[in-house]
Amino acid sequence: MSAQRGGTWLRAYAIGFLAFLYGPVVLLPVFAFNDAAIIAFPLTGFTTKWFGQLWDNPVLHQSVRNSLYVGFTAATLSTVLGICAARASARYDFPGKKGIIGFIMLPLVLPEIIIAVALLVVLIQLGLELSLWTVILGHVLICTPFAIAILTSAFHNLDRSLEEASLDLGETRWGTFRRVTLPLVTPGVISSLLISFTISLDEFIIAFFLTGTEPTMPVYIWSQLRFTAKLPSVVALGCVLLLLSLTLLFAAEYFRRRSNRRTGSEGAATGGMM
Amino acid sequence: MSLADGAPGTEAVAPPAPGGSRPGWLRGESGQGLVLVSPTFLYALLLLAAPLLTVITISFWTQNYLEFDRTLTFRNYTEAWTDPLYRVLMLRSLAISGTVTIATVVLAFPVAYYVSFHVPQRKKPMWMFLITIPFWTSYLLRVFLWKVILGYNGVLNSGLMGLGLIDEPLTFILYNANAVVLTLAHAWAPFAILPIFVALEKIDRSLLEAAEDLGDGPARRFWRVTLPLAMPGVIAAALIVFIPTVGDYVTPRLVGGTDGLMIANMIQVQFGKANNAPLGAALAISAMLIVAAIALAFVGLNRRLVKGQGI
Repeated sequence: MSAQRGGTWLRAYAIGFLAFLYGPVVLLPVFAFNDAAIIAFPLTGFTTKWFGQLWDNPVLHQSVRNSLYVGFTAATLSTVLGICAARASARYDFPGKKGIIGFIMLPLVLPEIIIAVALLVVLIQLGLELSLWTVILGHVLICTPFAIAILTSAFHNLDRSLEEASLDLGETRWGTFRRVTLPLVTPGVISSLLISFTISLDEFIIAFFLTGTEPTMPVYIWSQLRFTAKLPSVVALGCVLLLLSLTLLFAAEYFRRRSNRRTGSEGAATGGMM
Repeated sequence: MSLADGAPGTEAVAPPAPGGSRPGWLRGESGQGLVLVSPTFLYALLLLAAPLLTVITISFWTQNYLEFDRTLTFRNYTEAWTDPLYRVLMLRSLAISGTVTIATVVLAFPVAYYVSFHVPQRKKPMWMFLITIPFWTSYLLRVFLWKVILGYNGVLNSGLMGLGLIDEPLTFILYNANAVVLTLAHAWAPFAILPIFVALEKIDRSLLEAAEDLGDGPARRFWRVTLPLAMPGVIAAALIVFIPTVGDYVTPRLVGGTDGLMIANMIQVQFGKANNAPLGAALAISAMLIVAAIALAFVGLNRRLVKGQGI
C-alpha cells in the first residue's frame, strides 16, 4: 500500500534528520580524546591530556563555581515565581489573565540580546555595579517562562477534588496547599528546577552583557574560543558539559513523567517541556 | 489563538486579550488569582517592561562622550534607517532569518508528520524527547562545533580530503551567510518540530477518513485537510524560529565572517566599543518593530488564507 511505503520513506527521513541533529554533538567525545592540537581528521591517537588541562585550570574552576551559584539561585527564584504564576493560571480566572501571562511569557520570543541590552541600560542608569547578581536577575527573567510552562501542566493535571476533600475535612487553604497540592506537584517542581538550572548554566548572551569581573562558564568559554591552542580543551570541557546536561535532562524528564503519573494523567506526548 | 497551545511563548505575539468576565472580578476567586500572579507579574514589570521603556527613552537621546544629552531627538532613528551600513545589516539579518525559517519549517514538517501519523502512540514521547535533547545542550558549544566542522582545516574538509573526494579544502563553507543559515537551522530545528507536531496531534483523524471516503486521494487529502489544519502549528513554528534568530549574536560572530554579520553584532558594538548606547538602542528598537510588523503581517495573512479556504 502506498501509505505504507510513504511511511518507510518518512521514517528514513526522520532518522536522517535525527542524525543531522546529533551529528555535531557526536564529535565532542571523538575529539576530546584525540591526541592532536588541531581538531581535524585523521585521528592521531588517544589522550586524556585535554581533560588534565581542565583539571589544572583555576580560572575555569572559578567560572564553574560562578555558574553554579548563578544557576542554583536563578533556578530557585524562577521556580518560586513559576509556581505563583502557574498556580494562578491553572486554578483561577482573573481579569487580564491572558495579557498578564502573555507578558510574563514574553522573554520566550524576545531576542535575548534585547533583554540583555535593556537590563544593561537600566543597571547603568541606576548606577548599580555589574556582578553575578545582575546575571541572576536576567536569568530569572528568561527561566520563569519555562518554569511556568512545566508547572502549569503539573497544576492542570491536578485532580481538584483532592483539594476540595482536604478543605472539607477541615484543612486551611494554606494547609491544603502545603500538604496536598505541593506534594502532588513536587515532581513538576523538581523538573522546573532542573530545566531552569540547565538554561542558566548554558546561557551566554545575558551573562556576556551583565557579568562584571566574574565570568560565568559560557563567558569563560567564549574568551577561550579566540585561541586555537585552547580549542581541544574547550572540546573536552564541552564533553563534560554534555554529560552534565544529559544527566540533568534525564532527571528532569523522569520527574516530569512521575508528575504526570502521580496527578493521574498520561501526559501529552510533547515532552511537556514546551 | 489556538496556536499558543503548543508553545506558550507565542501568546505574546497576540495582542493582550481584554480582561475576563467583569462579574468574575468581584468574586473572591479572581482576586486570589491576581494576588497569586502578582509577584511574577511585578518581576516582569520591573525587569522587563521598565528596562524596555528605558531603552525606548534612551533611543531618543544622544551620546555626549561619557554623558547622555537628554534632549529628545529622532537623530538616532534617522541614522539607523538611512546609513547604508545599518540598512545592509538589517536586511541581511531579515534575509538570513527568513531563509532559516523556511528551511527549518520545511525540513521539520515531515519529521513532525512522521512522528504524529506513523509512530505508535506509546513511542511518541520517546521520539519527541530524542528531538528535544540537542536543544538543551550548550548553544555556544553547538555553534562552536559548526565552526570546527566547517573550518579550513576543519572536520569536514580534512574528512573529505582523507577520503580523496576533494584535493584542497573548500573555503566557501565557513565565514559567510550560508554557514550562519546552516548553523541556525540546526540549532532551531527542535523548536520548529514541536509546535507542528502538537498541531498534527490535534487533528481529528475521522476528518481524514471522511476525506478519503469522499474520494480524495492521499495527496489531495493532505493539501485540503491535513495541511490547512496543521497551519496554526506551522505558523507558530515559523514565528518561534524567525523572531529570535533575527537577533542572534553568537552564530554570526563565530561562523559568519564579515559577510555574515547581523544586526545584533552591531547593537553590541554600539553598546560596547563604539560607546553609542542611544544609537544601539535605536537599532534594537527598530529591529524589534520590524520583526513585530513582519510577524503580525504573517499571522494576518495566514488568517485570511485559512478563511479563504472556508475552514
